[in-house]
Formats: sequence, structure tokens, C-alpha cells
Amino acid sequence: MRLLHTENVEDIALGAAVLGTGGGGDPYIGKLMGISAIREFGPVTLLSLDEVDDDALIVPTAMMGAPTVMLEKLPKGDEIIKAFHALESYLGREITATMSAEAGGLNSVTPLTVAARLRIPMVDCDGMGRAFPELQMVTATLYGISSTPFAIGDEKGNSAILNTINNRWTETFSRSITVDMGCAAMIACYATTGKELKEWAVPDTMTLVESIGRTIREARRAKANIVETVREAVGGFEVFKGKIVDVRRRTEKGFARGEAVMEGVDDYASQTLELHFQNENLVAKVDGEILVSVPDLITVLDTETGEPITTETLRYGYRVTVLGIPCNERWRTPEGLELVGPRYFGYDTDWVPVEDRYGS
Amino acid sequence: MRIGVDVGGTNTDAVLMDGDKVVGWHKTPTTPDVTTGITMAIRTVLQETEVPAGQVKAVMIGTTHFTNAVVERKRLMETAAVRLGLPATECLPPMVDWPADLRETIGNHTYLVHGGHEFDGREISPLDVKEVRNVAKDIKSKGIRAVAISAVFSPVNGSFEERAAEILQGEIPDLSISLSHEIGRMGLLERENAAILNACLGDLAKNIVQSLRKALKEMEIEAPFYLSQNDGTLMGADYAEKYPVLTFASGPTNSMRGAAFLSGAQDAMVVDLGGTTSDVGMLLRGFPREASVAVEVSGVRTNFRMPDVYSFGLGGGSLVSEDPLKIGPQSVGYELTSKGLVFGGSVLTTTDLAVAGGLADIGDRGAVRHLDASFVDQALDEMQSMVEVAVDKMKTSAEPVPLILVGGGTILVSRQVKGTSEMIKPEHFPVANAIGAAIAQVGGETDRVFALAELGRDEALAQARQEATDKAVAAGAREETIVIVDVEEVPLAYLPSNAVKIRVKAVGDLAL
Repeated sequence: MRLLHTENVEDIALGAAVLGTGGGGDPYIGKLMGISAIREFGPVTLLSLDEVDDDALIVPTAMMGAPTVMLEKLPKGDEIIKAFHALESYLGREITATMSAEAGGLNSVTPLTVAARLRIPMVDCDGMGRAFPELQMVTATLYGISSTPFAIGDEKGNSAILNTINNRWTETFSRSITVDMGCAAMIACYATTGKELKEWAVPDTMTLVESIGRTIREARRAKANIVETVREAVGGFEVFKGKIVDVRRRTEKGFARGEAVMEGVDDYASQTLELHFQNENLVAKVDGEILVSVPDLITVLDTETGEPITTETLRYGYRVTVLGIPCNERWRTPEGLELVGPRYFGYDTDWVPVEDRYGS
Repeated sequence: MRIGVDVGGTNTDAVLMDGDKVVGWHKTPTTPDVTTGITMAIRTVLQETEVPAGQVKAVMIGTTHFTNAVVERKRLMETAAVRLGLPATECLPPMVDWPADLRETIGNHTYLVHGGHEFDGREISPLDVKEVRNVAKDIKSKGIRAVAISAVFSPVNGSFEERAAEILQGEIPDLSISLSHEIGRMGLLERENAAILNACLGDLAKNIVQSLRKALKEMEIEAPFYLSQNDGTLMGADYAEKYPVLTFASGPTNSMRGAAFLSGAQDAMVVDLGGTTSDVGMLLRGFPREASVAVEVSGVRTNFRMPDVYSFGLGGGSLVSEDPLKIGPQSVGYELTSKGLVFGGSVLTTTDLAVAGGLADIGDRGAVRHLDASFVDQALDEMQSMVEVAVDKMKTSAEPVPLILVGGGTILVSRQVKGTSEMIKPEHFPVANAIGAAIAQVGGETDRVFALAELGRDEALAQARQEATDKAVAAGAREETIVIVDVEEVPLAYLPSNAVKIRVKAVGDLAL
């Protein structure tokens, strides 16, 4: 058990961008909310997974919708509390703790507001070990945990509870409600016991993103090689180093899809990498062959500053280093690959662990 | 004839122009109060060219007065920030992410009231007239004279901000009001921040305009004067009193506009090589490309048509260490002319290398004769490569484009930069910034939502062009010289009448 103060939140938000693999939303607003909640209500208790009682009731909380809308229509602040309470009264049981549904991007910091305001602990884990675009894409789904009862709330005070036959239906319905709520809503779902959580959750991810953030901050100060320190902190592999020479974008079924083409430098001279993305980075093709793919993480860093580059900001001329990071082992099962593997995103290829290609 | 002035961190430059011809120019150190330096530069250029003050028809000034005031937290007004958005946005009040000292300097007066729109144009909640009146009473009782008004999604629909302004003005007639949708873009906090910065500069703007007017009068210049805006156009004194924040970052813009004018190139990369750092930007149809992400001004995130500029640590005064080879970012800056080797000093700088390599003939060549020729080559290669990387970073495609070099450090680059089709070092390159101010045009912009179901796209675009043109004429442009330099259409999804937001910018020559 330890306490999260405002400085920790800064580091978490910075590190979450690395696990956001190009997407997950800008953590800026979530970070400001977390910091102001901690200033007002005091630091947040972070429990490690093994400190959670087996019969505890844990509910992940998150923001759903378009992160760009949230940059304009900032939250009221208590919609997430309302959703949380709606679920609690529906369940008829007191919720013991909250947690992050995704460690990458904006939702890494969203639950801090709930934890601070309700003075409940946050668990050091998440449901992805990265960021993914859809609600059913959490490890809980692999363990038969239902996303419902599912609570969703807006700033006006509206809330709804959903019950569905599976987690993909929850994604479908909640997406429609989110649009009616103005494209930015707060959700509480995947209520789970401590015993179940220890089975499905990706452990220690808050500590991981925080240490990535701290590493970047310290390396910046020491003017050290940031890319290399980040690679070490995440246990990843350098896949490519080069320059972006072309970016193509299009909107497909409500998602921002596209490709960025990079020409190699140094050890990678004469090679070409094509990065495919759909909100997040999906696959990296080197000289026409897919060498890294979801669910492994593909993160693009500015070679000079170490700054993670989101898919929205990919632009001609950037000098970048591409890292491949092994995903959590739960995604590496047949069920995991069916849910979030390359074929789900339309790539007719088998997933090969990133360390098999780059481990030597 | 007209005079252009650009105030930089180190120097204040003035240039006297007769039509397209540069008659004379003068550089003088920037003074702490700024105005003294401006007066000195103008006075000297008039004396040296022996042009009587009466022949000056206009004075254009690019100044750092307002940026300095924010950086130094001086001469800022107490300002009320009124935001329309409740029940949304409550958890992050205005100025939440500001440096605490700046927030305290302007009083930290924030008001949240109902109003604002959804992404699709629906109202978050209706405007509550009584609630706004109560805010007005409180503002009045505190004696606050400046207000910034923001509303959620006001770039899509600015009517709530305008209505709230009417109510506040009705209660407090002498209140000076800044509306966020007139200044910034999408992104509530950043747009609101820009509006608050603008509001708190209100008194200073009046003072500066007055003191510049007085200074010009003392020099017997009766001509009107204008301030440079960061989008490359001019604003008259009245407008400048209302929108001082629009002068931020006008320096890099003036350099790039000057580069376009001097070289005749409209689409090109520009490198402005200074004493300590250099700026790279891209010209599109003669104007700088604008930044699309938040730009920080003294710790405050803003988003309002700032030029997209990349600065890197290479200039004429950059320090060079020999083993291992390292260039910048430290620099002797304005002390180059006393500290550099060729000027009799003892510090090895990039200018010394340029002299040693035969790129320039400045000062005493003998002072750099001892430098190893292969080391000099290697260092010049490194400088070349720094410029090449920076230029490539700011390009938007692999297509080669012309490169224009301006600024005092231009001597550092001699070979053609990779990825460029030609390299232009125009005449008068040291004062491209002041020339950019002198040749600036006036503009008009329209930025609003059109319902295509009623109008049709062609009609809507024509209307927007006309509005922008009318505004440019109202700002002082000669109608026959007006051209449309930018058209941007943003379709707004999920709106019943097929709405589209159209932004058109028109510019024309000043009618003198």
C-alpha cells in the first residue's frame, strides 16, 4: 500500500502516453481533474493486487466517448461519482475500491477522481496493460466477467443502467447513449470480486506507468538518452529508427484509420516501415512484412525528445524510434487473440510474439 | 514612404521603405521599456536617410510589449473570467492550470454560469439572464474593469458569449470585454486562457498605444500607426487596444513575411538565423503556417493562430567546443562583437568558423588562422546538418521547396540544404523582420456556421468571402488589392440542417 500524491499523478499521466500506443486520448484533462481532487480530498491510497481482500468488490471507472469533445466540454466532476453510486445501489452492496480499465492514455488517470472524492483505494492494476478502442477489449472478458450491470452518467445528472447478454452488446448500447449524452460520458462497469480480480487483472500497471513517467522526467533533466531509458523501463525492443516520409489518413466506420511510412536511418538504413493505425497503432510492416502486431504494443517516440507521438500528431519529417513491447500474457491465448489479435482488426496474419523477432 | 519596426529579444530594427524599395535601415539594442528603443531606431533611420518625417505615411510596429508584460507579470489588470457551461466544466474552473503567481496577479476572479453548447449544436443548458446579472453585480462591487467570457463549443456557436457580453455591458457600461470565440479555437481551457490574457492586457494596450502615438508625434511623424499581428496582418490603434494578445509571436511572423517579400517566393521554407537560436517556419501562399497544437505563453496553454515555428540552438554567437565537437546551445548572444575570436575576443563561436572556412569576411581573419582545416570542415558540416534536420522537420512533404535564409546568422549556411529546390539569401536579409512589418497588409476574417440546407455550398462560400472582404475593407484595405488567402470548411456532424463552419481570410494592401 502506498499513497498517490499530485507529483505521482504527473508521472502517471506522462507514462500513460507510452502505453497508449498512439491512442487512448490526451491525459491532460484527466490529470488536471485527478490533481484537483487530490488537492481537495487528500492523497489516494494505491493497493497492490495481493493486498485486496478476496471478498472485496472492485469497480473500474472510465471515460467513454470522444476525447476531443472532452477537451471542450469539460466534465462537471461528479458524473463519475453518480455512475459509481448508481451501480452501487443497483448491486445493493458497498463498493470497496476502484481501478483503471486501461493503463494507456486518458483512462489511466480517470479513476483518481473517484478514489480521492469517495476516499476509497485504487488498485494497482488495469484491464488491458495498454489502450484499446472498444469496451469489451479487457482481460475480464476472457475470464467470463460481465461488463453489466453497467452504469453510465453525464454532467446533467442523467444516468442509465444496462444489462446485456455479452460485453460486445454493452459496447454497442453504451456507444449510442454516449452520443446522446454529448459524446463524453463517465462509466462504471465490470464489477468484480477481489478473488476474480486477482485472476484477470493485469497487475502493477499504475506503478509501471508511473515509473515510465518518472524515467522520462529524470532522463529529461539529466539530458540522458530518453528513448533508451523508456525502452528499458517497459521491457521493450527497438523495432525501427527512422524518419516519417508519408502519412495517409481516412475515416472508416467512425474510426480514424491510416498509415505512416518511415524510412530507416543508422542500422535500419534502406529499410521501410509502414505503421498501420486505428486510433491506436495496430501493426508495423517492415519492407512489406508484418513484424509486430496487436496485441503487442507499438509505441512511436520522438528520437530526440523521447516524447510519445500519438496517431493524430504523426507528421512528415518526424525523427522517430519505434518500440515493440510485449503485451500481457492473457492476450497471448487463443481467446485473447480472437478478441484483440490482428485478425479482429482485419489483418490476415498470425500474431508472432515481438520478443521472438527482436529478442536476440 | 513607410517605416517598419520589429522589436526582438536582442535588437530593435527599423526600416524605411519607399514602395517596394528599402531606403535605409538601422539596428539598435532593445531597451527594457521597449518604446525608447523603437524611438531610437526610427529617429536614426530618418536621420541617416535624411528623409523628412512628414514624408512618412504609415508606421508599422511589431512589438514584444505585451508578451513581456505577461512574462514579467507586470502592468496586468485584475480580470474576471466568466464561463458559460454549467453543469459541465465545473470541476476545472478558469485558470486552473495557470502558474499560481500569474493567476494571483490578475486576482483569480472566476465565475461559472449556465449555458454552452454540445458538439452537435444542442444547448447544454439555456442562458440564465438573472444569473449573469448577479455576476455583473459582483464584478461591479469588486471594481473589476476587465472580463473574459468563454462558453463551451463557442467556436461552433458564439451566441451565448455575445448575449452574456450584452448583459454585462448593460450593467457595467465601461467594462472591457474579451470573447473567447473571437480569439481562440477549439479546446475550452486554451481558448479561454487566450481570452483572459487578452482581457488583462487591456489597460496596458491603451497606454502603449498612447505612448507610441506620443513618441511618433515628438518625432513629428503625423502618419497613422499599426501593430503587427501574429497572422501577418496589421491592426490599427483602435483594434490593438481591444486585441493586444494578437501581437504575441508577431516577430517570427514578420521575419517570414519579410522573407516572402524579399525573395518573391510564396511557398517556401524560411530559416531566420539569429544570434543564439534560429527559427524555421513554412510559408503557404506568403503567410506562415499556423500551429495546430497548444502553444505555451509564459506557462499558459493557448491556441490562437500562432505561427508554427521550430526553434533550434544555432546562431551566429553559438559556442563551439573542439573535443568532442559541440555547437550551441550556449551562445555569447549580443556580445559576439566583443567576445568572438575574429572580433579580438577569446571565445570560439560559429561566426569564427564561418570566417575560417571562407564563408564570410568579418573582423580579423588572422585570429582564426590557427584552427585546423579538417576541424573547421567538420564543424561546418555539423552546422549544415543542424539546419537540414530542422528544415526537414518543418516540411510537410518530401517535395523539394525553395529555402529562404534571413537574419544576421545567414553567413553560417553556404551549401544547398537537402530537400530544397533552391536557396535564396535575399538582399537586406538582416532586417527581414522589420521589412515584414513594413509591407504587412490588412486583413478581414469571417469564421461562422452556415446552414447548407438553406444556402447551398457555393452560395455559402461566396457569402463568407464577401464578409471577409468587407471586413478587410473596413480595416483599411484597398478593395481592388484584396485576395482570399485561406478558406477552411469544417463540416459539423449530426446537425439537422447540414451545417458547416467556414473560415475565410482576406487580405489587401493598406489604403494610404
